[in-house]
Amino acid sequence: MRDLVIIGGGPAGMSAAAAARRRGIRDILILERDGRLGGILNQCIHNGFGLHKFSEELTGPEYAWKYEEQVKELNIDCMLNTMVLDIDENKLITATNSERGLFTVKAKAIILAMGCRERPRGALNIAGTRPAGVYSAGTAQKFLNIHGYMPGKEVVILGSGDIGLIMARRMTLEGAKVKAVCEIMPYSGGLARNIEQCLNDFGIPLMLRHTVVEIHGEKRVEGVTIAKVDKSMRPIESTRQFIKCDTLLLSVGLIPENELSEKAGVELSAVTGGAVVDQDRQTSVDGIFACGNVLHVHDLVDFVSDEAEIAGNSAAEYIKGKKNDVISVKLTTDGKIRYTVPQTVTAKKDMTVYFRVSDVYRNVRINVRNGDKVVLSKKKQRVAPGEMENITLKSDMLDNAAELRLELEEM
Amino acid sequence: MYDVSVIGGGVIGGLTARKLARYKLKICVIEKENDVAMGASKANSAIVHAGFDAAPLTLKAKLNVKGSEMMERIASELGVKYRRNGSLVVAFDDKDRDTVTELYERGIKNGVRELRIIERGEVLSLEPNISDDVVCALYAPTGAIVCPYELTVAAIGNAMDNGAKLYTNFEVSDINKTGEGYEIISSNGDVIKSAYVVNAAGINADSIAAMAGCDDINIRPRRGEYILLDKADGGVVSHTIFQTPSDMGKGILVTPTVDGNLLLGPTAEDTDDKTDKRTTPNGLSKVLDRARKTTDRIDPKHTITSFCGLRAVGNTGDFIIKSNGTGFINAAGIESPGLSAAPAIAEYIVELLKNDGLELEEKSDFNPVREPTHAFREASAEAKNKIIAEKSEYGRIICRCEGISEGEIRAAIRQNPPARDLDAVKRRTRAQMGRCQGGFCMPYITGIIAEELGIPYEEVTKSGKGSEINIGKTKEI
Repeated sequence: MRDLVIIGGGPAGMSAAAAARRRGIRDILILERDGRLGGILNQCIHNGFGLHKFSEELTGPEYAWKYEEQVKELNIDCMLNTMVLDIDENKLITATNSERGLFTVKAKAIILAMGCRERPRGALNIAGTRPAGVYSAGTAQKFLNIHGYMPGKEVVILGSGDIGLIMARRMTLEGAKVKAVCEIMPYSGGLARNIEQCLNDFGIPLMLRHTVVEIHGEKRVEGVTIAKVDKSMRPIESTRQFIKCDTLLLSVGLIPENELSEKAGVELSAVTGGAVVDQDRQTSVDGIFACGNVLHVHDLVDFVSDEAEIAGNSAAEYIKGKKNDVISVKLTTDGKIRYTVPQTVTAKKDMTVYFRVSDVYRNVRINVRNGDKVVLSKKKQRVAPGEMENITLKSDMLDNAAELRLELEEM
Repeated sequence: MYDVSVIGGGVIGGLTARKLARYKLKICVIEKENDVAMGASKANSAIVHAGFDAAPLTLKAKLNVKGSEMMERIASELGVKYRRNGSLVVAFDDKDRDTVTELYERGIKNGVRELRIIERGEVLSLEPNISDDVVCALYAPTGAIVCPYELTVAAIGNAMDNGAKLYTNFEVSDINKTGEGYEIISSNGDVIKSAYVVNAAGINADSIAAMAGCDDINIRPRRGEYILLDKADGGVVSHTIFQTPSDMGKGILVTPTVDGNLLLGPTAEDTDDKTDKRTTPNGLSKVLDRARKTTDRIDPKHTITSFCGLRAVGNTGDFIIKSNGTGFINAAGIESPGLSAAPAIAEYIVELLKNDGLELEEKSDFNPVREPTHAFREASAEAKNKIIAEKSEYGRIICRCEGISEGEIRAAIRQNPPARDLDAVKRRTRAQMGRCQGGFCMPYITGIIAEELGIPYEEVTKSGKGSEINIGKTKEI
């Protein structure tokens, strides 16, 4: 029996482990499937990490290293090259690695920090052939940055998620020609700063309301046909155009990897794809917590670290036997706001609520409503789906509330 | 000099080679692609049909019923997943009911066992998610599902384990008749000499036949597009569910696969292009629309992949399996129910070879059994730990979605027929076949292939030369 087992040694897992250790939990085990800690940060060799957390601009590996050092200094146990295969509702974990084969570990508390995966081609049902040269942006990033190989030299990117934008710049810097980034929505799903620094600075066109309708090429991609889409996202025939290329990168969304959470019986949100959690990042299963991209997809790792600290601290308190005050407040949204994390509140304290909006809006108010009464209102100049927002609730706003509703008011 | 050369590493060629491998013969399989099972054998409905479709007394009917009866044993010897899940042909109105009755009568004539027509109540008890509009169905409990490329790989692997030789990337460009038999010449100028030849070249069987002077065979490709859904949807139906057939085929089916996914398709569209394996927006939406007629529990967001296969439709309406009289056997026009009939077709071909004078003397050491590639992933925890203790690479998971270890991937590259590209590894192990479609594991598997084959990382391909995954080292291109 271990006190705390953390599934995943990426930024979320490491940060949660360090936080729990500092709260006095000595018996912690991190299970990591890769050969080293750091998760996907290891292949994110660009800078821009850590501005919020460390007030400096770090690369992904540098940011990860800061937490690896903490994990080492705090003597936290890690098992690398170890894949967790199952978690049951009694917090019994089954895993496998080369040294121990299949083995089980029972935990008093578990923190889920498995991260997310990229949505692949299949999920989009793009018509055409199935040649080499179609990769998700993160896979191409791994080939390029970890293995040192070029996946192609004439590139079209479908989707303007952050990884796609980063890869547009990265491929360009390595000598490839990025011909276009197609985005089916009327706005990019990536950070504004990435549009500026990765596309505009290099003259790479961002084609909004465009999608790839067909992939060409027998053995290797020889080109793609793109088209503009109408309001209901259907390609407009007359706008079809062929772009010659040898590579199509996909950056069309990230999906929290919750197969293990489901096995453990954790309730998932249909909107985030991650667990439904309270302010402590505790899931519907007692003693199982979640943080990082497995909970909901973040734009900035700095916020992942913050969230993981909350999960680590709460798991520590849970192991020490602390119970939350029994209040139950649901946080709901109006649709313009797509979701909040947390989705429920079980303790009376101040807390930051993270949320995403469903469209680009300018000059809005974010109102928090308890029945007819607006308990909090905050002005925002511009909100966009690609940028996570937050609002701070004071504990007294939870008084006499069964539900607090977050609404976006256009002014 | 080979006794028999089989042209075409598909399911027909594979099972024929395996059948021949039990005799004291020198045999080879000749395949133009980098791996076996690259044609219709990897892109079809994966169904072992009960045998009620084909017109009585045709080869299709006879060999389907017989092949379907042979399949279970062959699959078990070869360690190939096979499940007798039963099939249903559902009727939505009175016209369909007539068709179902017709199929029933045909099935009885063809000798299909246990066949019966069931009414809506019973259909619903077999398939709770079936559409509200279904009125009755033909129920064939002997219908089954099998993994067609796994069957092909295993048959050829087993033939090789028993002495057969496999030539890949050997595209036959000419065939000469000689005094001793035939000379098979590749586009690179390589020559294979063989006393007897079996033409199991699928979609290209007509051009191969023509090279040997048989000009009366014509193959027209018929495109069929499919959609494969996530394992989360594998339980939507448990039987293979057909709608009533038309002249163009058996219609859009909804079926679980032996690996637990849900398969929808195929469309049916004649073409003159033997390379046209594109999926099309129209085709894919037709598959979805028609499948939803069977059950509304289909979520296209759960698509794992979509693909297109080409049926080899012959010019006689039946399978064309005959000898030219001098040791050249054509097996052409093997469209549906070709997979179901394949074990019987292989036997039939060997009979024809015998008629042409091939001597068949049984080997004493023929081993019909092949260790299944999925043995490890289905083993008990105890058995797995025994293997991991000996071979630690079985403890290291490479494909996280399907839970496939490095040991299984290396085994697939070392086993007969060796996997030499990423798709070949996928077909043998299921690594890259899960939800992320290889997003995470592709770079690792690329490295394992490079290491096992002793080739540079950048030379690893998706499916043979010209499909290199990377174009070179960074800073060098």
